[in-house]
Amino acid sequence: MSRLVLSSISRRFGGVTAVDRVSLTLQAGEFVSLLGPSGCGKTTTLRMVAGFLDPSEGTIEMDGRRLSSPGATVPPEKRNMSMIFQSYAIWPNMTVAQNVAFGLEVRRLPRDEIRIKVRRILDVVQMGHLEGRYPQELSGGQQQRVALARAIVVQPTVLLLDEPLSNLDANLREEMRYEIRRLHDEFHITTIYVTHDQAEAMVTSDRIAVMNQGRIEQVDAPRALYARPRTRFVAGFIGRTNLLGGLVRGDDVVFDHFTIGRERFPDGAALQGPVSFSLRPQAIHLHRQSPAASAHVCVIPGVVAQRAYLGEHWDYTVRPAGSALALRVTARPHEVFDLEEKVWLELDPRQMALLEPE
Amino acid sequence: MRERSYVVWLLLIALLLLLVINPLARLLWASFQHPETGAFTLENYVAAYGRWRHVEALVNSLVIGVAVALLCTVFGVPMAWAVSRTDMPAKGLVWAAVLGTFIMPNYLGAVAWILMAGPNAGWLNRIYTTLTAAEAGPFNVYSKAGLVLVIACYSFPYMFVFTRSALDLISSEMEDAASTLGAGALRTTLRVTLPLALPAILGAFIVEFLEAIALFGTPALIALPARFQVMTTMLWQMFEFPPRVQVAAAYAMPLLLVTVFLFWLQYRIMARKGYVALTGKGGDRRLVRLGPWRWVLLGYCLLVTSLSFFMPILVVLQAAFARAWGRGFSWDNVTTRNLRFVLLEQTATRAATLNTFVYAAAASVIALVLALAIAYIVARRLVPLGRTLTYVAMAPFVIPGIVLAIGFYAAYTARPLVLYGTAWILILAFATRFLPIAYTNSDAALRSINPELEDAARILGAGRLLSLRRIVAPLLRRGLAGAFILVFIPATRELSSAIFLYTTGTQVLSVLLFDKSDEGNFEVLSSMGLILVVVTVALVLVGFRMVGRDFLLRRTAT
Repeated sequence: MSRLVLSSISRRFGGVTAVDRVSLTLQAGEFVSLLGPSGCGKTTTLRMVAGFLDPSEGTIEMDGRRLSSPGATVPPEKRNMSMIFQSYAIWPNMTVAQNVAFGLEVRRLPRDEIRIKVRRILDVVQMGHLEGRYPQELSGGQQQRVALARAIVVQPTVLLLDEPLSNLDANLREEMRYEIRRLHDEFHITTIYVTHDQAEAMVTSDRIAVMNQGRIEQVDAPRALYARPRTRFVAGFIGRTNLLGGLVRGDDVVFDHFTIGRERFPDGAALQGPVSFSLRPQAIHLHRQSPAASAHVCVIPGVVAQRAYLGEHWDYTVRPAGSALALRVTARPHEVFDLEEKVWLELDPRQMALLEPE
Repeated sequence: MRERSYVVWLLLIALLLLLVINPLARLLWASFQHPETGAFTLENYVAAYGRWRHVEALVNSLVIGVAVALLCTVFGVPMAWAVSRTDMPAKGLVWAAVLGTFIMPNYLGAVAWILMAGPNAGWLNRIYTTLTAAEAGPFNVYSKAGLVLVIACYSFPYMFVFTRSALDLISSEMEDAASTLGAGALRTTLRVTLPLALPAILGAFIVEFLEAIALFGTPALIALPARFQVMTTMLWQMFEFPPRVQVAAAYAMPLLLVTVFLFWLQYRIMARKGYVALTGKGGDRRLVRLGPWRWVLLGYCLLVTSLSFFMPILVVLQAAFARAWGRGFSWDNVTTRNLRFVLLEQTATRAATLNTFVYAAAASVIALVLALAIAYIVARRLVPLGRTLTYVAMAPFVIPGIVLAIGFYAAYTARPLVLYGTAWILILAFATRFLPIAYTNSDAALRSINPELEDAARILGAGRLLSLRRIVAPLLRRGLAGAFILVFIPATRELSSAIFLYTTGTQVLSVLLFDKSDEGNFEVLSSMGLILVVVTVALVLVGFRMVGRDFLLRRTAT
C-alpha cells in the first residue's frame, strides 16, 4: 500500500497536449478511477504513472520518493507496480502458471515459494484447475483472471488497470467489475483504474476522477459525482441529464417560461447573473393533477412531446407550457401518459446541481 | 535516464550505416577520385562514357530492358487473368509451374536455354532438323532476341504475381455493374477489369525493366559469346585485372540513379488513389465462364511455362545425370558421376558448395538480427529520427547488386577496414543486399506482436533486454523462420555481387558455375544448378509448412 501523488503533470506529443496539468493524490489503499471519453488523456496519464512515458512537466511521487519528472524517470521495471492491459497481454508462449510466476522469477524468489504463491493466487481468482493451460485455450474472462493473478501475486505498491474489461461481453463485464472490487477489498492495493464506462467506475471505485481534454474536471465519490456534478461535461458524461439555463433576477431565478424562487435553492443567496443547473430525469415526477406545492416542490404545467417504453422504465420528453425546453423524464412502467397529454411536472430545486460557468 | 540497452541500439545502428551508407558514399566518392593521386576529377566519367563501346552497352541494356518488360507483360498478364478470374482448368498446375520458374536461378535457366537453343546442338534445333530434314535449326540463343527471351522467362513471375494480386482485389460487383449496363464479357474485361489492374501492371513493368538491366548472370552467359555487351557485363570487364574501380563507379552511377528514380515512380503509381479503391474488401468474386476458350487459355499458360520451367528443368535434369548430354535420353547415358564429382570429388566445387550454404546462412542471420533490431528501434521510437533508419534499411532494395558490390569493393579493400579477400565481404554484401527482405518481414512480425505483451513484462520488473529475450524473441520465432528462408534462398544463388567480391578460396556455387561455363562442361554446370534447386525446393516446402502458402510472395509485396 502506497500513497501516490501526481503533481501538475502534463504530456505533449508534438504540438498536441494530451495531458494538461493533472494533479491527483491517492491515499494508501485507495481505488480511484480515471473516467472519460476516448482521447481524454486517461491512458496517457496511466502510462506516465507506470513509467512508460516521461511527463513533459510535473512530477509523480510515491511515498515521498520521486518517480517521474521531465527527463528523469524511473523505468517501469524499477517501480514495483503492476498493470493490467486492455488486451490482457497474457504471454501466449507460456502456460497460465508460467505467466503468473514470471514476476516472481524476475524477483528471484526461491522456486518452492513461487509455486506456493502461484497456486494460492490462482485459487483466489478461481483459476487453480487451469494452471497448465495455454492462453489460447482460455476464454476472455479466464484470461482476465490470469492477468489479475499475475498482477497481484507480486504484491505491487500500485495496481494500474487500463480499460481491462472493454474486450469482454456485457454479462462477463458486469461479473468482472465485482470481481475486481472484491480483490481490492481483499488485498487493499492502491489502484488506478482507467475506463470510459461510468458503470464500471461506479461499481469499483472509492473515488472517480472525470477527465476531459487532458484535464481532470472533478474528483469525487461516485454518489457525489452523480448527485452534484460541478461542470456541464461531468453532468452529461455521468448518466443522462437535463441542462437548464436561467437568469437571477431579484428574488427569482428565471428559466424559459417558468421561475423558481432563489431561496428554494441551497446557497440560493449566492446565486447571481446567468446560471445553469443539471437536473436528472429521475428527479422529475409527472402527475395528471397538480400536486400541492411546498417548500421543496415546484410544479410546472407541460405537455408530453415524445415517449418511449424501455421495459424497465418510461422515457418521456416533456415541454413546459410555452417553453422551447424539452425535459427528459424517467417514469416507472405503470406511469403511462399519452402523447400531447397535459401533465404537471414536479421538481425539487435541492436536486438541481449548480454548474460552474464555462 | 538512459536505458542500459541504449549502447546495443547505437552499435547496431552503426553496423547498419557501415553496411549501407558507407559503400554508397565510397562509391560516389570513388567516381570523382583520380585513380593515382586521389584528387577530385571528372576524368572517370569521361573514361566511362567517352567510348562508343561503353555507350553502346548502355543502349543495349535499355533496349533489352524494355523488350524484356514487354515480353513479361505478354507472358504474365493473360496468365494472371486466367488464374484469377476465369474457370480455366488446372490452375494448380499453372501456379506450381510459375513457382518452379521462380525457384530456378536465372543463370541456370540460361544454361538450360543454351542446351535447348544453342546453334546446331540445341535440343530444339535437333528436333527441328529431324522433323524437317533441314540442314540447320532456326534457333540461336546467342542473340539479342535469345537474351530477351531467356531473361523474360525468369522474371515474368513478378508480372504474374503483381497482376494477380490486383485482380484478386477487384470485386465482381464492379464487373457486374458493367454487365448490367449491357457490356459483354470481353468488353467488361477490357474496359473495366484490366484498367483497374493497370497500375499494378505498370508497376510490375518497371520492376521487370529494372530486373533486366541489373541482371548479370544471364547476359554474361549469353551476350558475351554472342559478342555484344550490356552495362553489367561491361562493369565486370572493367574489373578485370587491373580493376578500374573509379571508372566502374562512374559508369554505374546512371544505373543507380535510373533505378532509384524508377522505383520511386513505381511506388507513386502503386500508391495512386485509383488503386486504393481496389484495396477494400474483395467482395464476392465469380469467375468468367470461357466455354471452349478455357482450353486455349490453358494451352497458352502451358506454352509459357514450358518455355520457362518444364523444358528447362527437363534438360537440366537430363544433363546433370548424363555422361554426355548430347547423347540424349537413354538408360546407358545415365550416371551420377557429375553429382558425385561436384559434391565429393573435386575440391573446388566441394568447397564452393559448402561456402554457398555457410555464407548464405551467416548472411541471413546477420540480416535478420540487424533488420529486427532496426525495426524494433523504429517501432518503439528508441532514438530520434527513427523513420530515417527505415529508409536506410530499405535502400539496398533500389541498389542493383552489381552496384552494391562495387561500393563494397571501394569501401572495404583499403584501410581502415580491409575485408576484401575474406569471406566476410561476401557475407556482409549478401546480408546488405537482402536486408530489405529481412526488414519487411521483421517489421511485419514485430507489428503482429502487441506491444502490451512487452509492457506487461517490464512492469512486472523485467528490463528491456530481458523482456526481449523472454517474451518477444519466442513469439517472433515462427514469423522469422519464414523470413530466414526468404533471405537464405536468394543468398544461396546470388551471383551479381559475388562475382566482384570473391577471391580464391571464397568461391560460391554461382560464381563457380559461371567460371566453368566457358569450359562447356554442361553436365557439371547442370549438377551445380540442380543442387541449388533441390535445396531451394526443400526450403520452400518447409516454408509452406511453417508459414503458409503465400510466404514466397511477401517478398514482392515490399
